[in-house]
Amino acid sequence: MTDVQVPQPETASPGGPDAPRRIPVTVGFGDRVFAGLARSSGAAVLVVMGVVGIFLAVQAIPALRDAGFSFLTTQEWEPSSGRFGIAAILFGTVAIGLMATTIALVFSVAVALYISEYAPARLKRTFISLVDLMAAVPSVVYGLWGVFFLQEYAIGLAQWLSTYLGWIPLFDMPGRDPRDPLGTLTDFKSSTFIAAIVVAMMVTPIASSVMREAFDQAPAGEREGAYALGATKWGMIRAVVLPFGRGAIIGGTMLGLGRALGETITVAMIISPIFEIQWNVLEKGANSVSALIALRYGDATSFPLSALFAAGLALFLMTMAVNFAASIIVARSRSGAGSEV
Amino acid sequence: MAAATSHASASRPPGVETGTGPGTATEPPPVRPEQRRILSPWRMSDALALGGAVLSSGGMTWLIFTQLAPFSGPLGWLVVWYALFLGCYALLVSMDESGQAVRDRLAAVVVQSLAALLLLALAFVIVYVVGRGLPAMRHLNLYVEDLSVTGPLQPLSSGGVLHGIVGTLEEILIALVLTVPLGLTCAVFLCEFPGAFARLVRTVVEAMTALPSIVAGLFIYSTFILVLHFPRSGLAAALAISVMMLPIMIRAGDVVLRLVPGSLTEASLALGASRWRTVWHVTLPTARSGLTTAVILGTARGIGETSPVLLTAGYGNNLNLDPTEGPMVSLPLLAYELRRFPEAAMISRAFGAASILMILVVVLFAGARPIGGRGPGVLTNRQRRARERQSTSDAQRFAELARARMRQESQESQESQPQPTEPQRTEQQRTEQQPTEQQPIEQQEPESQHTGPRHRDQRQPEWQQPEPPANPPGGGDSPRRDT
Repeated sequence: MTDVQVPQPETASPGGPDAPRRIPVTVGFGDRVFAGLARSSGAAVLVVMGVVGIFLAVQAIPALRDAGFSFLTTQEWEPSSGRFGIAAILFGTVAIGLMATTIALVFSVAVALYISEYAPARLKRTFISLVDLMAAVPSVVYGLWGVFFLQEYAIGLAQWLSTYLGWIPLFDMPGRDPRDPLGTLTDFKSSTFIAAIVVAMMVTPIASSVMREAFDQAPAGEREGAYALGATKWGMIRAVVLPFGRGAIIGGTMLGLGRALGETITVAMIISPIFEIQWNVLEKGANSVSALIALRYGDATSFPLSALFAAGLALFLMTMAVNFAASIIVARSRSGAGSEV
Repeated sequence: MAAATSHASASRPPGVETGTGPGTATEPPPVRPEQRRILSPWRMSDALALGGAVLSSGGMTWLIFTQLAPFSGPLGWLVVWYALFLGCYALLVSMDESGQAVRDRLAAVVVQSLAALLLLALAFVIVYVVGRGLPAMRHLNLYVEDLSVTGPLQPLSSGGVLHGIVGTLEEILIALVLTVPLGLTCAVFLCEFPGAFARLVRTVVEAMTALPSIVAGLFIYSTFILVLHFPRSGLAAALAISVMMLPIMIRAGDVVLRLVPGSLTEASLALGASRWRTVWHVTLPTARSGLTTAVILGTARGIGETSPVLLTAGYGNNLNLDPTEGPMVSLPLLAYELRRFPEAAMISRAFGAASILMILVVVLFAGARPIGGRGPGVLTNRQRRARERQSTSDAQRFAELARARMRQESQESQESQPQPTEPQRTEQQRTEQQPTEQQPIEQQEPESQHTGPRHRDQRQPEWQQPEPPANPPGGGDSPRRDT
């Protein structure tokens, strides 16, 4: 027993009094296998993801080289005759995305505030589950609803907007007389506006759940402090909850924007594709990159396919920039903790 | 105005209100019967203001729409009503509240009505789709037949979407088999082996979560089908879904694994467990519920994705069980394609397919909630009972072992009388660590009187004691006894 309690001098003394003790690290066989497995899985994921990205870029090169800078400025899409560019479709994508995000921003802030501040405590969990479930509902469901239900009602709204708010350039309908009793409503079908409403319905739950998590984390001490200073509920929300959740509002909205830009099926079901920049969002005809790919991939031989890849690459770069910006904003803001998706 | 001022004074505290006369400022206010204060934030005047605003704005809207302006349409009616309602409500509240309170009430009404509108609209989407699909879903053949012999004009009593259901399940199953092991291992890698390489992988994965699903489909379409000349099939669709799901799953798993408390893994490492044992027995079980949720939510996302399947799976009307060959449709693709038909029966089937898909998602979601709702390490009743059973059986096993050892020990001590202390001491220091064995030790104690004090001596330097090999078990053959 006694020989064990003797300190081992040979490890402490030789390198001087302050020399660090050498700690032998023996990595067992199992650990080596584990580390190898983990590292190789990381490498495999890197390879898969890298191959997707590189392949996308490489496939896009022939089209990009052929089109040159006009790829960004041309509106037509006729790759086989060499006249193609993403000016119109990128504009359409951004228009749908921005309109959808604008609508979604209003509603998702309202829903998040309602759930975190106004809803009765008993119903809070139910509402949270409902919103999360809505975020998981497949896009084809929203698409069906948009095509078969929303379209005919939204046409009325669009007509109303163009008749009474037509002086706003965005809502203008050139060549259409609102007083014309013979004018048909089909001019309003399949427009950017209707696609944006349906996409907004899809992205609102996603943005809203990010915001709600941040609002819920607003510190109770500051809330009570605002009340103690005589704030009304809305005063408290403006002074505490909204500043605290600002990062999440921006981040959640941008996350929704990223989703809206890449949305395919809903848009493809609603719009009727055109290849010119459509400033009048109420008018029939719109386009987006992903809808273009979904509608045109079939007839594509190698060069048109390369053009589609170039369009897909542009879309990917755009959504990636938006997503990275969103994650940086969410992470830097005070409310970022725990609001990752 | 008179009404407004009287309301304003009524809302002041009673003590101030009674002493407003110029000469009575110094006198104490006359004593009134004490009234119980109402603490509820909801007052009668609020309800009246709300109801009054609804009624008056409704009336005004009716006037505008039927008598004054050439407006029409239910949607415009609602919009005008809502705008007028806000105005009326603000006016009514401002009659007996200050500007701050008016803004508060208006904000509350706006937030609640917008939220109600959106939640109702979202719920309505589901109700509408299921409602339109109900005529088709009422027929059982929707679930057990495919569309191989059913034309667009045939009634709903023939044909179904079985091929879509089977295709969806097969594709998502293949995708899960591919993504779950790779994704979870990669998430473990990101958490357990931090460094430059892990940072690179994490950045790439985060970038890839932005990959639009249609681009994932386009990638598989051009590599797997156009370059490698495989046919369009369920396998290709599953690959496309995997490419889309993999980054989502890794990211979600990474977030969950980072939540595992460091004290748990450090405790495990400090007890001498190797790294992979720590991961396998501590990290993963602790994060199990979160990982399950991540997988289920990723599945829900992948199951409803249409665009990668549209490019890669092909479209057929027959039930196809073989994922490697022939077109294999999935439910979302079926809904997408069937709604193009002008016939009502086909559109009904499209809605039926979408409803079945939604039910699948809801089932997945309902499964994820109870599993993922608990924090790491919190057990269900069933799990806790299983742990208790395990623990009890362990205790019994230890007790039996100890009894067997004790019997052996007592035989040895009878054999070797001259030096009984050494082997006994080692035995006891080993058995001491299991509390279930205290009972037999205490029964033993009267036989050897000297164990008590030594027992206490040995407990103190326990951490300095030699490894078990230093004292060979069964001590009878130890060389020290011979000397």
